[in-house]
Amino acid sequence: MRKAIKPAVFCACLVPFCWLFYLVWTNNLGPDPGEALAKESGEWTFRFLLATLAITPVQQFTGWRITNRYRRMIGLFSLFYASAHFLVYLMFVLGFRWGTLYTEILERPYITVGFSAFVILVALGITSPKAMLRKLGKNWKRLHRLIYVAAVLAMIHMIWILRSDFGEALIYGTVLTLLLGYRAVNWLRKRNRKLRLARGS
Amino acid sequence: MLIKKPSDIKPSEITPESVYRNRRQFMADTGALAIGAIAAGGLPGLAIAQDGDALKARAPVSLSRSAPAAWWEPKFANIKPAPDSGPFYTGEALTPYEDVTRYNNFYEFGMDKGDPSSNSGRFEVDPWSIEIAGECGRPGTYTLEDILKPHDLEERIYRLRCVEAWSMVIPWIGFPLADLLKRFEPTSRARYVEFQTAVDRDTMPGVRSPFSIIDWPYQEGLRIDEAMNELAFMAVGLYGNYLPPQNGAPIRLVVPWKYGFKSIKSIVRINFVEEQPNTSWNDLQANEYGFYANVNPNVHHPRWRQDTERRLPHTLFSRPIIDTRLFNGYGEQVAHLYEGMDLARYY
Repeated sequence: MRKAIKPAVFCACLVPFCWLFYLVWTNNLGPDPGEALAKESGEWTFRFLLATLAITPVQQFTGWRITNRYRRMIGLFSLFYASAHFLVYLMFVLGFRWGTLYTEILERPYITVGFSAFVILVALGITSPKAMLRKLGKNWKRLHRLIYVAAVLAMIHMIWILRSDFGEALIYGTVLTLLLGYRAVNWLRKRNRKLRLARGS
Repeated sequence: MLIKKPSDIKPSEITPESVYRNRRQFMADTGALAIGAIAAGGLPGLAIAQDGDALKARAPVSLSRSAPAAWWEPKFANIKPAPDSGPFYTGEALTPYEDVTRYNNFYEFGMDKGDPSSNSGRFEVDPWSIEIAGECGRPGTYTLEDILKPHDLEERIYRLRCVEAWSMVIPWIGFPLADLLKRFEPTSRARYVEFQTAVDRDTMPGVRSPFSIIDWPYQEGLRIDEAMNELAFMAVGLYGNYLPPQNGAPIRLVVPWKYGFKSIKSIVRINFVEEQPNTSWNDLQANEYGFYANVNPNVHHPRWRQDTERRLPHTLFSRPIIDTRLFNGYGEQVAHLYEGMDLARYY
Protein backbone atom coordinates (compact mmCIF):
# COMPACT_ATOMS: atom_id res chain seq x y z
CA MET A 1 0.00 0.00 0.00
CA ARG A 2 2.68 2.45 1.10
CA LYS A 3 4.67 1.61 -1.98
CA ALA A 4 1.79 2.53 -4.28
CA ILE A 5 1.44 6.05 -2.91
CA LYS A 6 4.58 7.48 -4.41
CA PRO A 7 3.87 6.45 -8.02
CA ALA A 8 0.31 7.70 -7.56
CA VAL A 9 1.52 11.14 -6.45
CA PHE A 10 3.97 11.13 -9.34
CA CYS A 11 1.18 10.44 -11.84
CA ALA A 12 -1.06 13.06 -10.24
CA CYS A 13 1.66 15.66 -10.75
CA LEU A 14 1.77 14.76 -14.44
CA VAL A 15 -1.97 15.19 -14.94
CA PRO A 16 -1.84 18.94 -15.75
CA PHE A 17 0.94 18.33 -18.28
CA CYS A 18 -0.97 15.52 -19.98
CA TRP A 19 -4.17 17.55 -19.99
CA LEU A 20 -2.44 20.54 -21.61
CA PHE A 21 -0.73 18.27 -24.11
CA TYR A 22 -4.09 16.73 -24.98
CA LEU A 23 -5.69 20.17 -25.46
CA VAL A 24 -2.89 21.28 -27.75
CA TRP A 25 -2.89 18.06 -29.69
CA THR A 26 -6.63 18.27 -30.35
CA ASN A 27 -6.46 21.99 -31.17
CA ASN A 28 -8.62 22.95 -28.21
CA LEU A 29 -6.55 25.77 -26.76
CA GLY A 30 -8.02 28.40 -29.08
CA PRO A 31 -6.33 30.38 -31.84
CA ASP A 32 -3.27 31.26 -29.75
CA PRO A 33 -2.16 28.02 -28.05
CA GLY A 34 1.29 29.54 -27.48
CA GLU A 35 -0.15 32.23 -25.25
CA ALA A 36 -2.42 29.77 -23.45
CA LEU A 37 0.46 27.34 -22.85
CA ALA A 38 2.71 30.11 -21.56
CA LYS A 39 0.08 31.16 -19.04
CA GLU A 40 -0.84 27.62 -17.96
CA SER A 41 2.71 26.31 -17.65
CA GLY A 42 3.67 29.41 -15.66
CA GLU A 43 0.75 29.02 -13.28
CA TRP A 44 1.44 25.33 -12.75
CA THR A 45 5.07 26.12 -11.99
CA PHE A 46 3.91 28.51 -9.29
CA ARG A 47 1.30 26.10 -7.91
CA PHE A 48 3.96 23.39 -7.52
CA LEU A 49 6.26 25.90 -5.85
CA LEU A 50 3.49 26.72 -3.38
CA ALA A 51 2.82 23.01 -2.84
CA THR A 52 6.51 22.44 -2.10
CA LEU A 53 6.47 25.26 0.42
CA ALA A 54 3.26 23.94 1.98
CA ILE A 55 4.70 20.52 2.90
CA THR A 56 6.60 21.59 6.00
CA PRO A 57 3.70 23.51 7.61
CA VAL A 58 1.25 20.72 6.75
CA GLN A 59 3.56 18.18 8.32
CA GLN A 60 4.01 20.25 11.47
CA PHE A 61 0.28 20.86 11.87
CA THR A 62 -0.87 17.33 11.17
CA GLY A 63 2.09 15.33 12.39
CA TRP A 64 2.20 13.33 9.13
CA ARG A 65 5.76 12.42 8.38
CA ILE A 66 5.62 12.95 4.65
CA THR A 67 8.20 15.69 4.53
CA ASN A 68 11.17 14.37 2.65
CA ARG A 69 9.40 11.66 0.74
CA TYR A 70 7.37 14.05 -1.38
CA ARG A 71 8.94 17.47 -1.03
CA ARG A 72 11.77 16.71 -3.41
CA MET A 73 9.48 15.17 -6.01
CA ILE A 74 7.00 18.04 -5.94
CA GLY A 75 9.84 20.55 -6.04
CA LEU A 76 11.26 18.80 -9.10
CA PHE A 77 7.86 18.98 -10.75
CA SER A 78 7.96 22.73 -10.25
CA LEU A 79 11.25 22.71 -12.19
CA PHE A 80 9.62 20.47 -14.81
CA TYR A 81 6.77 22.94 -15.40
CA ALA A 82 9.21 25.88 -15.30
CA SER A 83 11.24 24.21 -18.08
CA ALA A 84 8.09 23.75 -20.15
CA HIS A 85 7.24 27.41 -19.52
CA PHE A 86 10.70 28.49 -20.69
CA LEU A 87 10.47 26.33 -23.80
CA VAL A 88 7.04 27.74 -24.69
CA TYR A 89 8.43 31.25 -24.27
CA LEU A 90 11.33 30.43 -26.61
CA MET A 91 8.97 28.96 -29.21
CA PHE A 92 6.00 31.30 -29.22
CA VAL A 93 7.28 34.60 -27.93
CA LEU A 94 10.83 34.67 -29.27
CA GLY A 95 10.42 32.29 -32.20
CA PHE A 96 13.81 30.81 -31.27
CA ARG A 97 15.62 34.06 -32.00
CA TRP A 98 18.49 33.39 -29.62
CA GLY A 99 20.07 36.82 -29.89
CA THR A 100 16.81 38.28 -28.67
CA LEU A 101 16.79 36.01 -25.62
CA TYR A 102 20.03 37.54 -24.42
CA THR A 103 18.81 41.15 -24.67
CA GLU A 104 15.43 40.25 -23.21
CA ILE A 105 17.02 38.71 -20.10
CA LEU A 106 19.25 41.74 -19.67
CA GLU A 107 16.83 44.54 -20.48
CA ARG A 108 13.31 43.39 -19.70
CA PRO A 109 12.93 43.41 -15.90
CA TYR A 110 10.11 40.86 -15.65
CA ILE A 111 12.07 38.47 -17.87
CA THR A 112 15.17 39.06 -15.74
CA VAL A 113 13.19 38.24 -12.63
CA GLY A 114 11.47 35.18 -14.12
CA PHE A 115 14.70 33.84 -15.60
CA SER A 116 16.48 34.28 -12.25
CA ALA A 117 13.78 32.22 -10.56
CA PHE A 118 14.26 29.56 -13.25
CA VAL A 119 18.04 29.51 -12.72
CA ILE A 120 17.50 29.00 -8.99
CA LEU A 121 15.12 26.10 -9.63
CA VAL A 122 17.65 24.52 -11.99
CA ALA A 123 20.36 24.84 -9.32
CA LEU A 124 18.09 23.26 -6.72
CA GLY A 125 17.14 20.51 -9.16
CA ILE A 126 20.77 19.66 -9.93
CA THR A 127 21.62 19.45 -6.23
CA SER A 128 18.53 17.46 -5.29
CA PRO A 129 19.96 13.89 -5.43
CA LYS A 130 20.97 12.34 -2.08
CA ALA A 131 24.59 12.16 -3.21
CA MET A 132 24.66 15.94 -3.61
CA LEU A 133 23.09 16.38 -0.20
CA ARG A 134 25.92 14.36 1.36
CA LYS A 135 28.53 16.19 -0.67
CA LEU A 136 27.29 19.67 0.19
CA GLY A 137 26.63 18.99 3.86
CA LYS A 138 25.58 22.13 5.73
CA ASN A 139 25.69 24.21 2.55
CA TRP A 140 22.92 22.10 1.03
CA LYS A 141 20.34 23.52 3.42
CA ARG A 142 21.63 27.05 2.87
CA LEU A 143 21.43 26.63 -0.90
CA HIS A 144 17.96 25.17 -0.79
CA ARG A 145 16.63 28.09 1.23
CA LEU A 146 16.87 29.90 -2.11
CA ILE A 147 13.45 28.41 -2.88
CA TYR A 148 12.02 31.33 -0.87
CA VAL A 149 13.80 33.75 -3.19
CA ALA A 150 12.61 31.82 -6.25
CA ALA A 151 9.00 31.94 -5.05
CA VAL A 152 9.12 35.70 -4.44
CA LEU A 153 10.77 36.30 -7.84
CA ALA A 154 8.16 34.13 -9.55
CA MET A 155 5.40 36.10 -7.83
CA ILE A 156 6.92 39.41 -9.01
CA HIS A 157 7.27 37.95 -12.52
CA MET A 158 3.58 37.02 -12.52
CA ILE A 159 2.32 40.38 -11.23
CA TRP A 160 4.53 42.23 -13.68
CA ILE A 161 2.99 40.64 -16.77
CA LEU A 162 -0.61 41.40 -15.78
CA ARG A 163 -2.41 44.06 -17.77
CA SER A 164 -5.26 45.07 -15.55
CA ASP A 165 -7.11 42.47 -13.45
CA PHE A 166 -5.40 41.50 -10.23
CA GLY A 167 -7.90 38.99 -8.79
CA GLU A 168 -5.90 35.82 -9.46
CA ALA A 169 -2.60 37.38 -8.44
CA LEU A 170 -4.19 38.37 -5.14
CA ILE A 171 -5.08 34.75 -4.36
CA TYR A 172 -1.58 33.47 -5.20
CA GLY A 173 -0.02 36.35 -3.30
CA THR A 174 -2.09 35.61 -0.21
CA VAL A 175 -1.12 31.92 -0.19
CA LEU A 176 2.55 32.78 -0.68
CA THR A 177 2.44 35.40 2.10
CA LEU A 178 0.88 32.84 4.49
CA LEU A 179 3.52 30.21 3.65
CA LEU A 180 6.44 32.61 3.99
CA GLY A 181 4.86 34.32 7.00
CA TYR A 182 4.57 30.98 8.79
CA ARG A 183 8.31 30.53 8.46
CA ALA A 184 9.06 34.09 9.49
CA VAL A 185 6.99 33.63 12.66
CA ASN A 186 8.70 30.32 13.44
CA TRP A 187 12.10 31.86 12.92
CA LEU A 188 11.30 34.79 15.21
CA ARG A 189 9.96 32.47 17.92
CA LYS A 190 13.04 30.30 17.77
CA ARG A 191 15.27 33.33 17.99
CA ASN A 192 13.37 34.72 20.99
CA ARG A 193 13.54 31.38 22.76
CA LYS A 194 17.28 31.24 22.19
CA LEU A 195 17.66 34.78 23.50
CA ARG A 196 15.60 33.96 26.60
CA LEU A 197 17.60 30.82 27.21
CA ALA A 198 20.80 32.75 26.79
CA ARG A 199 19.64 35.37 29.31
CA GLY A 200 18.32 32.76 31.77
CA SER A 201 21.54 30.77 31.97
CA MET B 1 -8.14 29.96 -15.65
CA LEU B 2 -8.26 27.78 -18.69
CA ILE B 3 -11.33 28.37 -20.78
CA LYS B 4 -11.79 25.48 -23.10
CA LYS B 5 -13.40 26.33 -26.41
CA PRO B 6 -14.01 23.22 -28.41
CA SER B 7 -14.02 24.28 -32.01
CA ASP B 8 -16.31 22.25 -34.18
CA ILE B 9 -14.48 23.28 -37.32
CA LYS B 10 -11.07 21.85 -37.98
CA PRO B 11 -8.47 24.13 -39.59
CA SER B 12 -8.31 21.75 -42.53
CA GLU B 13 -11.97 22.42 -43.27
CA ILE B 14 -11.68 26.18 -43.39
CA THR B 15 -11.71 27.62 -46.83
CA PRO B 16 -8.25 28.33 -48.15
CA GLU B 17 -7.33 31.89 -48.95
CA SER B 18 -7.18 31.21 -52.68
CA VAL B 19 -10.93 30.69 -52.68
CA TYR B 20 -11.52 34.15 -51.27
CA ARG B 21 -9.06 35.68 -53.65
CA ASN B 22 -9.93 34.15 -56.94
CA ARG B 23 -13.60 33.89 -57.72
CA ARG B 24 -12.98 32.32 -61.12
CA GLN B 25 -11.40 29.40 -59.36
CA PHE B 26 -14.44 29.17 -57.14
CA MET B 27 -16.21 26.25 -58.75
CA ALA B 28 -13.12 24.09 -58.96
CA ASP B 29 -12.15 24.94 -55.41
CA THR B 30 -15.62 24.28 -54.09
CA GLY B 31 -15.52 20.84 -55.60
CA ALA B 32 -12.25 20.07 -53.89
CA LEU B 33 -13.50 21.63 -50.67
CA ALA B 34 -16.68 19.58 -50.73
CA ILE B 35 -14.73 16.36 -51.19
CA GLY B 36 -12.38 17.38 -48.40
CA ALA B 37 -15.28 18.27 -46.14
CA ILE B 38 -17.13 15.03 -46.82
CA ALA B 39 -13.94 13.11 -46.15
CA ALA B 40 -13.57 15.02 -42.88
CA GLY B 41 -17.09 14.15 -41.87
CA GLY B 42 -19.56 16.83 -42.83
CA LEU B 43 -19.74 20.22 -44.49
CA PRO B 44 -18.92 22.94 -41.98
CA GLY B 45 -21.27 25.45 -43.58
CA LEU B 46 -18.75 28.19 -44.21
CA ALA B 47 -20.35 30.49 -46.73
CA ILE B 48 -17.91 32.10 -49.07
CA ALA B 49 -18.00 34.54 -51.92
CA GLN B 50 -19.82 33.54 -55.09
CA ASP B 51 -20.49 35.40 -58.31
CA GLY B 52 -23.44 37.68 -57.72
CA ASP B 53 -22.69 37.47 -54.02
CA ALA B 54 -19.28 38.98 -54.36
CA LEU B 55 -18.18 39.59 -50.75
CA LYS B 56 -14.68 38.26 -50.17
CA ALA B 57 -15.77 36.41 -47.04
CA ARG B 58 -18.95 35.45 -45.27
CA ALA B 59 -19.58 33.97 -41.86
CA PRO B 60 -20.36 30.24 -41.65
CA VAL B 61 -24.07 29.80 -42.35
CA SER B 62 -24.54 27.84 -39.14
CA LEU B 63 -23.16 30.72 -37.06
CA SER B 64 -24.84 33.59 -38.89
CA ARG B 65 -26.46 36.14 -36.63
CA SER B 66 -29.92 37.55 -37.04
CA ALA B 67 -30.39 41.28 -37.55
CA PRO B 68 -30.60 43.33 -34.31
CA ALA B 69 -33.66 45.05 -35.84
CA ALA B 70 -35.53 44.80 -39.13
CA TRP B 71 -34.07 48.03 -40.56
CA TRP B 72 -30.59 46.43 -40.56
CA GLU B 73 -31.51 43.86 -43.21
CA PRO B 74 -31.67 46.11 -46.29
CA LYS B 75 -28.39 47.75 -45.21
CA PHE B 76 -26.65 44.37 -45.26
CA ALA B 77 -28.35 43.25 -48.48
CA ASN B 78 -26.16 45.53 -50.54
CA ILE B 79 -22.54 45.58 -49.44
CA LYS B 80 -19.74 46.68 -51.73
CA PRO B 81 -17.14 43.90 -51.76
CA ALA B 82 -13.53 44.57 -50.85
CA PRO B 83 -11.35 45.47 -53.86
CA ASP B 84 -8.73 43.07 -55.20
CA SER B 85 -5.82 45.35 -54.39
CA GLY B 86 -4.90 48.52 -52.53
CA PRO B 87 -4.96 49.32 -48.80
CA PHE B 88 -8.53 48.08 -48.22
CA TYR B 89 -7.45 44.59 -49.12
CA THR B 90 -4.74 42.16 -48.12
CA GLY B 91 -3.99 38.83 -49.71
CA GLU B 92 -2.90 37.40 -46.36
CA ALA B 93 -4.89 34.44 -45.04
CA LEU B 94 -8.00 35.51 -43.16
CA THR B 95 -8.32 34.64 -39.49
CA PRO B 96 -11.32 32.27 -39.36
CA TYR B 97 -14.66 33.65 -38.17
CA GLU B 98 -14.67 31.37 -35.12
CA ASP B 99 -11.36 32.81 -33.93
CA VAL B 100 -12.24 36.42 -34.68
CA THR B 101 -15.40 36.06 -32.61
CA ARG B 102 -14.06 33.91 -29.76
CA TYR B 103 -10.69 35.46 -29.01
CA ASN B 104 -11.31 39.02 -27.89
CA ASN B 105 -10.14 41.74 -25.57
CA PHE B 106 -13.26 43.49 -24.32
CA TYR B 107 -12.60 43.93 -20.61
CA GLU B 108 -16.16 45.07 -19.91
CA PHE B 109 -17.11 41.41 -20.39
CA GLY B 110 -14.14 39.87 -18.57
CA MET B 111 -10.37 39.55 -18.62
CA ASP B 112 -9.85 36.26 -20.45
CA LYS B 113 -9.89 36.11 -24.23
CA GLY B 114 -12.91 33.79 -24.17
CA ASP B 115 -14.89 35.88 -21.68
CA PRO B 116 -16.35 38.42 -24.13
CA SER B 117 -17.95 35.73 -26.31
CA SER B 118 -19.19 33.77 -23.27
CA ASN B 119 -20.43 36.73 -21.22
CA SER B 120 -21.91 39.13 -23.75
CA GLY B 121 -25.06 37.19 -24.63
CA ARG B 122 -27.36 39.52 -22.69
CA PHE B 123 -25.87 42.71 -24.10
CA GLU B 124 -28.63 44.72 -25.85
CA VAL B 125 -27.72 46.51 -29.08
CA ASP B 126 -31.22 47.62 -30.05
CA PRO B 127 -32.35 50.34 -29.56
CA TRP B 128 -29.01 52.14 -29.78
CA SER B 129 -28.14 55.79 -30.02
CA ILE B 130 -24.98 57.86 -30.16
CA GLU B 131 -24.49 61.22 -28.56
CA ILE B 132 -22.61 63.69 -30.74
CA ALA B 133 -21.09 66.49 -28.68
CA GLY B 134 -18.52 69.27 -28.60
CA GLU B 135 -17.08 71.46 -31.29
CA CYS B 136 -19.45 70.76 -34.14
CA GLY B 137 -22.40 72.32 -35.95
CA ARG B 138 -24.90 69.53 -35.34
CA PRO B 139 -24.57 68.10 -31.85
CA GLY B 140 -27.34 65.91 -30.45
CA THR B 141 -28.38 62.35 -29.77
CA TYR B 142 -28.97 60.30 -32.90
CA THR B 143 -30.51 56.86 -33.22
CA LEU B 144 -28.25 54.30 -34.85
CA GLU B 145 -30.70 54.06 -37.74
CA ASP B 146 -30.20 57.79 -38.40
CA ILE B 147 -26.44 57.44 -38.00
CA LEU B 148 -26.25 54.67 -40.61
CA LYS B 149 -28.95 55.91 -43.01
CA PRO B 150 -26.84 57.86 -45.57
CA HIS B 151 -23.91 55.42 -45.59
CA ASP B 152 -23.48 52.55 -48.03
CA LEU B 153 -21.72 49.61 -46.46
CA GLU B 154 -18.49 48.23 -47.84
CA GLU B 155 -16.18 45.35 -47.05
CA ARG B 156 -12.55 45.97 -46.10
CA ILE B 157 -9.92 43.42 -45.23
CA TYR B 158 -7.52 44.82 -42.65
CA ARG B 159 -4.73 43.52 -40.48
CA LEU B 160 -5.38 43.96 -36.75
CA ARG B 161 -2.28 44.17 -34.54
CA CYS B 162 -2.88 43.91 -30.79
CA VAL B 163 -0.47 45.62 -28.40
CA GLU B 164 -0.06 42.16 -26.82
CA ALA B 165 1.91 41.10 -29.93
CA TRP B 166 -0.66 38.93 -31.68
CA SER B 167 -2.44 39.78 -34.91
CA MET B 168 -5.37 38.78 -37.12
CA VAL B 169 -6.68 39.51 -40.62
CA ILE B 170 -10.35 40.48 -40.57
CA PRO B 171 -12.93 41.24 -43.29
CA TRP B 172 -14.90 44.14 -41.80
CA ILE B 173 -18.20 45.59 -42.98
CA GLY B 174 -18.72 49.32 -42.46
CA PHE B 175 -18.12 52.80 -43.85
CA PRO B 176 -15.41 55.49 -43.64
CA LEU B 177 -15.25 57.36 -40.34
CA ALA B 178 -14.57 60.61 -42.20
CA ASP B 179 -17.94 60.41 -43.98
CA LEU B 180 -19.68 60.12 -40.62
CA LEU B 181 -17.77 62.89 -38.86
CA LYS B 182 -18.24 65.40 -41.71
CA ARG B 183 -22.03 65.14 -41.35
CA PHE B 184 -21.83 66.78 -37.92
CA GLU B 185 -19.86 69.73 -39.32
CA PRO B 186 -16.86 69.84 -36.96
CA THR B 187 -15.64 73.41 -36.38
CA SER B 188 -12.07 74.66 -36.69
CA ARG B 189 -11.71 74.12 -32.93
CA ALA B 190 -12.34 70.37 -33.34
CA ARG B 191 -8.72 69.22 -33.25
CA TYR B 192 -9.40 65.83 -31.68
CA VAL B 193 -12.24 63.31 -31.61
CA GLU B 194 -13.06 61.45 -28.42
CA PHE B 195 -15.03 58.16 -28.38
CA GLN B 196 -16.74 56.36 -25.52
CA THR B 197 -17.91 52.77 -25.05
CA ALA B 198 -21.25 51.83 -23.48
CA VAL B 199 -21.27 50.89 -19.78
CA ASP B 200 -23.96 48.58 -18.46
CA ARG B 201 -23.32 47.05 -15.05
CA ASP B 202 -26.14 44.52 -15.51
CA THR B 203 -24.82 42.90 -18.66
CA MET B 204 -21.08 43.59 -18.31
CA PRO B 205 -19.44 41.46 -15.59
CA GLY B 206 -16.06 43.06 -16.15
CA VAL B 207 -17.48 46.44 -15.14
CA ARG B 208 -18.67 44.92 -11.85
CA SER B 209 -15.35 43.16 -11.13
CA PRO B 210 -13.76 44.62 -7.97
CA PHE B 211 -10.32 43.81 -9.37
CA SER B 212 -10.54 45.75 -12.58
CA ILE B 213 -8.59 48.99 -12.46
CA ILE B 214 -9.91 50.56 -15.65
CA ASP B 215 -11.98 53.65 -14.98
CA TRP B 216 -15.17 52.94 -16.97
CA PRO B 217 -16.45 54.02 -19.42
CA TYR B 218 -13.67 53.01 -21.79
CA GLN B 219 -12.50 56.01 -23.74
CA GLU B 220 -10.37 56.52 -26.83
CA GLY B 221 -9.42 59.35 -29.13
CA LEU B 222 -7.83 60.34 -32.42
CA ARG B 223 -6.36 63.52 -33.80
CA ILE B 224 -8.88 64.94 -36.30
CA ASP B 225 -6.57 64.36 -39.28
CA GLU B 226 -6.11 60.74 -38.20
CA ALA B 227 -9.87 60.37 -37.91
CA MET B 228 -10.32 61.83 -41.42
CA ASN B 229 -7.77 59.44 -42.95
CA GLU B 230 -9.28 57.10 -45.55
CA LEU B 231 -8.26 54.02 -43.53
CA ALA B 232 -10.20 55.00 -40.38
CA PHE B 233 -13.34 52.90 -40.53
CA MET B 234 -16.59 52.49 -38.63
CA ALA B 235 -17.46 48.80 -38.59
CA VAL B 236 -20.95 47.39 -38.10
CA GLY B 237 -20.17 43.88 -39.26
CA LEU B 238 -17.53 41.30 -40.08
CA TYR B 239 -17.47 38.38 -42.48
CA GLY B 240 -20.57 39.86 -44.13
CA ASN B 241 -22.41 39.37 -40.86
CA TYR B 242 -23.81 41.64 -38.14
CA LEU B 243 -21.18 42.45 -35.53
CA PRO B 244 -21.39 40.13 -32.50
CA PRO B 245 -21.32 41.92 -29.10
CA GLN B 246 -17.83 40.62 -28.29
CA ASN B 247 -16.50 42.36 -31.42
CA GLY B 248 -18.07 45.70 -30.49
CA ALA B 249 -21.70 45.57 -31.61
CA PRO B 250 -23.48 47.46 -32.88
CA ILE B 251 -20.84 49.92 -34.08
CA ARG B 252 -17.11 50.22 -33.50
CA LEU B 253 -14.01 51.98 -34.73
CA VAL B 254 -11.26 50.24 -36.76
CA VAL B 255 -7.91 52.03 -37.10
CA PRO B 256 -5.65 49.39 -38.66
CA TRP B 257 -2.33 51.23 -38.34
CA LYS B 258 -2.68 51.52 -34.55
CA TYR B 259 -2.67 48.91 -31.79
CA GLY B 260 -6.04 47.24 -31.34
CA PHE B 261 -6.98 49.06 -28.14
CA LYS B 262 -7.43 52.27 -30.16
CA SER B 263 -10.23 50.59 -32.14
CA ILE B 264 -12.88 51.30 -29.53
CA LYS B 265 -16.00 49.12 -29.40
CA SER B 266 -19.74 49.63 -28.87
CA ILE B 267 -19.59 53.40 -29.25
CA VAL B 268 -22.22 55.57 -27.51
CA ARG B 269 -20.55 58.97 -27.64
CA ILE B 270 -18.45 60.98 -30.10
CA ASN B 271 -17.09 64.25 -28.83
CA PHE B 272 -15.21 66.86 -30.89
CA VAL B 273 -12.65 68.55 -28.64
CA GLU B 274 -9.85 71.09 -28.83
CA GLU B 275 -7.41 69.43 -26.41
CA GLN B 276 -6.00 65.91 -26.62
CA PRO B 277 -8.57 63.74 -24.83
CA ASN B 278 -7.86 61.29 -22.02
CA THR B 279 -7.73 57.69 -23.20
CA SER B 280 -8.27 54.69 -20.93
CA TRP B 281 -5.01 52.75 -21.31
CA ASN B 282 -2.95 55.91 -21.36
CA ASP B 283 -4.62 57.01 -18.10
CA LEU B 284 -3.90 53.61 -16.56
CA GLN B 285 -0.24 53.23 -17.57
CA ALA B 286 1.09 56.18 -19.57
CA ASN B 287 4.61 54.79 -20.02
CA GLU B 288 3.23 51.61 -21.61
CA TYR B 289 0.32 52.85 -23.72
CA GLY B 290 0.65 56.14 -25.55
CA PHE B 291 -2.08 58.32 -27.00
CA TYR B 292 -0.88 57.63 -30.54
CA ALA B 293 -0.25 53.88 -30.13
CA ASN B 294 0.90 53.54 -33.74
CA VAL B 295 2.12 50.04 -34.53
CA ASN B 296 5.90 50.44 -34.40
CA PRO B 297 8.46 47.63 -34.35
CA ASN B 298 11.15 50.05 -33.18
CA VAL B 299 9.42 51.19 -30.00
CA HIS B 300 9.01 48.31 -27.57
CA HIS B 301 6.43 48.07 -24.86
CA PRO B 302 8.41 48.32 -21.60
CA ARG B 303 7.51 44.73 -20.73
CA TRP B 304 7.63 42.99 -24.11
CA ARG B 305 8.98 43.35 -27.61
CA GLN B 306 6.98 44.81 -30.48
CA ASP B 307 9.18 43.87 -33.45
CA THR B 308 7.45 40.54 -34.01
CA GLU B 309 3.91 39.23 -33.69
CA ARG B 310 2.06 35.94 -33.58
CA ARG B 311 -0.34 35.69 -36.52
CA LEU B 312 -3.47 33.88 -35.36
CA PRO B 313 -4.58 31.21 -35.48
CA HIS B 314 -1.51 29.05 -35.03
CA THR B 315 -0.92 25.51 -33.84
CA LEU B 316 1.80 24.03 -31.69
CA PHE B 317 3.62 22.97 -34.84
CA SER B 318 3.27 26.05 -37.02
CA ARG B 319 5.76 28.88 -36.82
CA PRO B 320 3.52 31.84 -36.13
CA ILE B 321 6.12 34.54 -35.46
CA ILE B 322 6.23 37.19 -38.22
CA ASP B 323 7.90 40.59 -38.39
CA THR B 324 5.80 43.56 -37.30
CA ARG B 325 5.79 46.43 -39.80
CA LEU B 326 5.81 50.16 -39.09
CA PHE B 327 2.20 51.44 -39.02
CA ASN B 328 1.18 47.80 -39.42
CA GLY B 329 2.15 48.00 -43.09
CA TYR B 330 -0.06 51.03 -43.81
CA GLY B 331 2.80 53.55 -43.95
CA GLU B 332 1.96 54.66 -47.49
CA GLN B 333 -1.46 55.86 -46.29
CA VAL B 334 -0.59 57.30 -42.88
CA ALA B 335 3.13 58.06 -42.52
CA HIS B 336 2.58 61.67 -43.65
CA LEU B 337 0.39 62.27 -40.58
CA TYR B 338 3.46 61.95 -38.37
CA GLU B 339 6.06 63.76 -40.44
CA GLY B 340 8.64 65.43 -38.22
CA MET B 341 7.30 63.73 -35.09
CA ASP B 342 9.59 61.71 -32.84
CA LEU B 343 7.70 58.42 -32.79
CA ALA B 344 9.74 57.16 -29.85
CA ARG B 345 8.48 60.10 -27.82
CA TYR B 346 4.93 60.16 -29.17
CA TYR B 347 4.38 56.42 -29.00
